[in-house]
Amino acid sequence: MGNKVKLRVWRGDAGKGDLVDYEVESNEGEVVLDVLHRLQATQAGDLAVRWNCKAGKCGSCSMEINGRPRLGCMTRMSLFEPDETITVTPMRTFPVIRDLVTDVSFNFEKARQIPSFTPDPSIGLGEFRMQQVDVQRSQEFRKCIECFLCQNVCHVIRDHEENMPAYAGPRFLMRIAELEMHPADTADRREIAQDDFGLGMCNITKCCTEVCPENIHITDNALIPLKERVVSRKYDPLVWLGDKITRRVHQDTQKVPGKSSGHGAARSDSRAKPGRGRHQR
Amino acid sequence: MTQVTDAPARSRAQIAAKTLRKDQWWRQPAVNATFLGIAVIYLTWASLVNNHYYAAPLISPLYSPCLATTCTAHAGFSWIPWVAGLTPAILIIWGPMGFRFTCYYYRKAYYRAFWQSPGACAVREPHAKYTGETRFPLILQNAHRYFFYVAIIFNLILTADAVFAFRNAGGGWGHMSLGTIVLIVNAGLLWLYSLSCHACRHVTGGRLKHFSKHPLRYKAWTFVSRLNAQHMQLAWISLGFVCFTDLYIRLVSAGVFHNPQFF
Repeated sequence: MGNKVKLRVWRGDAGKGDLVDYEVESNEGEVVLDVLHRLQATQAGDLAVRWNCKAGKCGSCSMEINGRPRLGCMTRMSLFEPDETITVTPMRTFPVIRDLVTDVSFNFEKARQIPSFTPDPSIGLGEFRMQQVDVQRSQEFRKCIECFLCQNVCHVIRDHEENMPAYAGPRFLMRIAELEMHPADTADRREIAQDDFGLGMCNITKCCTEVCPENIHITDNALIPLKERVVSRKYDPLVWLGDKITRRVHQDTQKVPGKSSGHGAARSDSRAKPGRGRHQR
Repeated sequence: MTQVTDAPARSRAQIAAKTLRKDQWWRQPAVNATFLGIAVIYLTWASLVNNHYYAAPLISPLYSPCLATTCTAHAGFSWIPWVAGLTPAILIIWGPMGFRFTCYYYRKAYYRAFWQSPGACAVREPHAKYTGETRFPLILQNAHRYFFYVAIIFNLILTADAVFAFRNAGGGWGHMSLGTIVLIVNAGLLWLYSLSCHACRHVTGGRLKHFSKHPLRYKAWTFVSRLNAQHMQLAWISLGFVCFTDLYIRLVSAGVFHNPQFF
């Protein structure tokens, strides 16, 4: 027999709703998602909550618990005081479908815009060889379960909805960093990372790293290294001078359709096939 | 005939509270603001006060290298003609200050502590508009790499100051005092802080795609990455020790206490 816990859950749809109080039984060893399921089974049959694996691997049950972005299935009830009221709300950055379920399609749209992995076409299938040290950096980013808690907590879009078209968010800037670090990739996404995916808006306050349930060092290992690469491409006068002297032309990837950063004309001469002529490091 | 209706417009959950966090989220930015504020006030005062920065053979890191003609005798190089009342620290302070101001860790600290952008994670920031580091003046944060190079030059100079501190007040070599240790620790901490910086991590090897083709740079990158994990701690410790070093030399120079001589 468990004890009763006080829950305050945001109920509503289309953005209209309110916090509703409940008292639900909770047993030792349970997580917040278990208690929400009991609430659903006993008192609020129409409560909408997205979930799948209950093991912290599918990234479905992202929500805000006492104001902190968390996975419901990985938040133990023992974290809270027995008499504490636990407030559960949907992710604030994304539109609500119903109750705790949000529409995260923003993220899939951003994912589609990123120029995909571009291997050197002159290397045949199965011919490319790479060492573990070459890929271990990007392997950290592959741990991402796409729970979108980092996207949710990022103040660039959380507090400024108007930035959503111009900013891809930490998850997808990390994806760009992953491709840029990949030894077999030949595309150069540094300029579009800044101009089309809004890397410059990130002010590296590390909230994405703080909330990541996979403990990926998003800021230190992806965003800052990507910022440094962008500095080399766009803001380093010595690199610029070197390019002029050696007449090196950067093979930037195509601008993202529908983005208007005003750099199209300046870049028109460098729109070449990816994989041809990029300075390989 | 099937009637097609549009789905209702979706919008975010409208929650009026600035945050629903119940922990003391304001504590870390408050602590950072307090200590950063104290450090900035002390360092500004110490740089402007233009006295007691040299107690042979010790020179304050805020005034080294002392390039102005108005520097205290034997404290510097006297290369640049300077107005007597104006502190010579102005000639050099932009270097270390620029390095720390554009440092990725300090950016996080002061954006959170002073600009509340955001004050803490999942706490609504008070600004109506946000453009990040895309426009002037914050786009200048991209100069961090150059300030890193400048910081390396300053580290070399401060290391030389620590070596020169193995002299006595008369210039004779082979002596050591408590001040020597202070300058050595100060230079050491500044090296660790500079080498742990993200720009250093990038230039040593982070910019590479193929680590396997550059084994030495990979080793350097691995070493810097290990240091980089402690960058925040090193930033605070080195900042505090710069203040302490200046204060120590200032008090010795002002005659408040005598610099203990070991040999």
